[in-house]
Amino acid sequence: MAKPAVKPKVESLAAKSKSSPKSSGPGDNSISAEELKSFYRSMLLIRRFEERAGQLYGMGLIGGFCHLYIGQEAVVVGMQSTINDKDAIITSYRDHGHMLACGMDPKGVMAELTGRSGGYSRGKGGSMHMFSRDKNFYGGHGIVGAQVPIGTGLAFAHKYNGSRNVSLTYFGDGSANQGQVYEAMNMAALWKLPVVYVIENNRYGMGTSVERASATTELFRHGEAFGIPGVRVDGMDVLAVRAAGEKAVEHARSGAGPYILEMQTYRYRGHSMSDPAKYRTKEEVDKYRTERDPIDHLRKRLLDAGLVDEAALKAVDAELRKIVGDAAEFAQHSPEPDPSELWTDILVGA
Amino acid sequence: MSIPVLMPALSPTMTEGKLAKWHVKVGDAVKSGQVICEIETDKATMEVEAVDEGVVAQILIEEGAEGVAVNTPICVLAAEGESVADAAKAAPAVATRSEQAPAQATPAPMPAAAVSAPPATAPASEPEWTGKTAHITVREALRDAMAEEMRNDGNIFLMGEEVAQYHGAYKVSQGLLEEFGDKRVIDTPITEHGFAGLGVGAAFGGLKPIVEFMTFNFSMQAMDQIINSAAKTHYMSGGQMTCPIVFRGPNGAASRVGAQHSQCYASWYAHVPGLRVLAPWSAADAKGLLKAAIRDPNPVIFLENEMLYGQSFDVPEDPDFVLPIGKAKIERVGKDVTIVAFSIMVGKALQAAEELAKQGIDAEVINLRSLRPFDTETIVTSIKKTNRLVSVEEGWPFAGIGSELAAQMMEHAFDWLDAPVKRVTGLDVPLPYAANLERMALPQADNIIEAARAVCNR
Repeated sequence: MAKPAVKPKVESLAAKSKSSPKSSGPGDNSISAEELKSFYRSMLLIRRFEERAGQLYGMGLIGGFCHLYIGQEAVVVGMQSTINDKDAIITSYRDHGHMLACGMDPKGVMAELTGRSGGYSRGKGGSMHMFSRDKNFYGGHGIVGAQVPIGTGLAFAHKYNGSRNVSLTYFGDGSANQGQVYEAMNMAALWKLPVVYVIENNRYGMGTSVERASATTELFRHGEAFGIPGVRVDGMDVLAVRAAGEKAVEHARSGAGPYILEMQTYRYRGHSMSDPAKYRTKEEVDKYRTERDPIDHLRKRLLDAGLVDEAALKAVDAELRKIVGDAAEFAQHSPEPDPSELWTDILVGA
Repeated sequence: MSIPVLMPALSPTMTEGKLAKWHVKVGDAVKSGQVICEIETDKATMEVEAVDEGVVAQILIEEGAEGVAVNTPICVLAAEGESVADAAKAAPAVATRSEQAPAQATPAPMPAAAVSAPPATAPASEPEWTGKTAHITVREALRDAMAEEMRNDGNIFLMGEEVAQYHGAYKVSQGLLEEFGDKRVIDTPITEHGFAGLGVGAAFGGLKPIVEFMTFNFSMQAMDQIINSAAKTHYMSGGQMTCPIVFRGPNGAASRVGAQHSQCYASWYAHVPGLRVLAPWSAADAKGLLKAAIRDPNPVIFLENEMLYGQSFDVPEDPDFVLPIGKAKIERVGKDVTIVAFSIMVGKALQAAEELAKQGIDAEVINLRSLRPFDTETIVTSIKKTNRLVSVEEGWPFAGIGSELAAQMMEHAFDWLDAPVKRVTGLDVPLPYAANLERMALPQADNIIEAARAVCNR
């Protein structure tokens, strides 16, 4: 079982971040070496997990839809470092990375992908529908945009209860044109709800580019009608994500209301497993992989700063491969759900 | 250890494909994520990325090979520290898809006939309320139910359009803002999809929202959140998540408000596993069932009726008066024919029963009150006595509650029926505005009398 990938942060670094209003800074140089290494480890865990998930899918062990997070790891890892373990997290169906980042067990996640009783939803949810009350992870939602009002409602509950917690509500550029997103933003701003909307703009809603789907492509400005501040962030740079996230989370936590972060990111794999990828060029994908990769970027930074050596990084990789290998093993040998499970969990207490 | 790379399935339906192109050759070092070959199917060409790292020791399937079955080893990688030659020698003994994949066809555990869940334990039968009663309107009963529950549990709040300062479009929430304040009685913008979803999120987060729809006609805007988020998440989460929420408001026709404001949603919601669906008639139903709905840990659809809001009934004053969910009520005992109705149609059915009595037909009238779960048992027991059944509803006939009732009786009471079940429903048209046409489109006592006489061969 993997340990929680990222330690919750307690002290705010927001004051140290010197972001301009419309774009975040290059990152915070004051982050500790330990934290940088934990970011690397978390991102690489997600990468290795997703590669293995893709492989299991190819072997027919995972069915249906399977949306991989490869390429976008910096977003969720950077954001996770800005919240505490009482804050709520909710996202769409591209959710494996979010679950691993908030410390859910890779075995339980992988076993849900294979539809086994050891999965987080005991095999009844699948790739898109996993939850952990323990980790305050509220799914895993398959309807584009539906998690946005729900995440706003989680923020409503935080405020109602008088807690100082926030809701990180992730959605993609594809959701960013959904009507209910704006209904939720309006209420969040109206009632000053502690929600941070993290738009993971990976440039394509399935196969349709942002330019072909959004009349205005500055998604961080999509809350302007409601007076919601927003910034565009380099979502391929975990430190930029972290710096912008600190500020946004602090804003929401202080009672000032919602905040929008547009993370400019990129998914290397298709929308789901069966994606012919005719809507973008191979050169475009290659360019991101070779020049913008968030893991390579941090790796270089760690090496250049002399914080780790090659051997240490190799050891991390070996450890993560073992964790992921064990998860895959568990996911293949955990039994299918008992037939009686068909009729359980329809209603509480019935 | 040598690592075999298998022909992957790129979609749930792919069984074989063409190995169109190799991007690596024997001796090449391969990294995770590196494209090693291209595969073609009838749908698409796709790149295969390496998951494991190593050096290509052997290519097993040549470029251009067609009909390569999924899970066939296509090449072998030598892991770090292993010689390429050794890796190539180790013949990849890899389980094929058919061996390794889990048994796809788990035998169906339930007999084919069991289309719905085995009945849960029968709901506790309704206690007799013998104490003092008050004669109050349905409107007051609903308000009192909410107020009493809100006094007991600080996690309960009411939200919806005009519920606070306006006191409810139909004055159902009168006085609640004054008593509970604007933290717990919340006017929303006119955004049903958004606030229904926000309510679901608040329920996931531990609160107990009561979401009012000004009418259930507007709940269509929120349908996705009600069905996909509220009803299904408990199941999809393997029981981890719960959604204790009540969606309530007037349902069905009011009076001459036209087709868009007059629909009955009973059968729509009753269709969905994961929801409870209640439809009170009297003020006592309204109070006892709304309290039950608020206390229930599941999402509940609570279908009220605008025409009933002003009608008065006797309601037990006992603050613990709560009705069981899933239990129909026999409103009038009779022996010749069973008339099953819910909501406003219960009143019409009772009216019809009085007229039928004058004609020598003794009708039993059952008030369903709960549409999901459905109290099949009470109806079957009644049919065993009367052998005849008329179902009454305001909604459309096709796939309506009456259709379900007829099917249930085929399954559970076929041998006891002396005549085919007769449905009295709203006509299969969008509800017209003109007074005469509207009256014709909605079930009236006369239609019920006619149907009862027909099943009694009179």
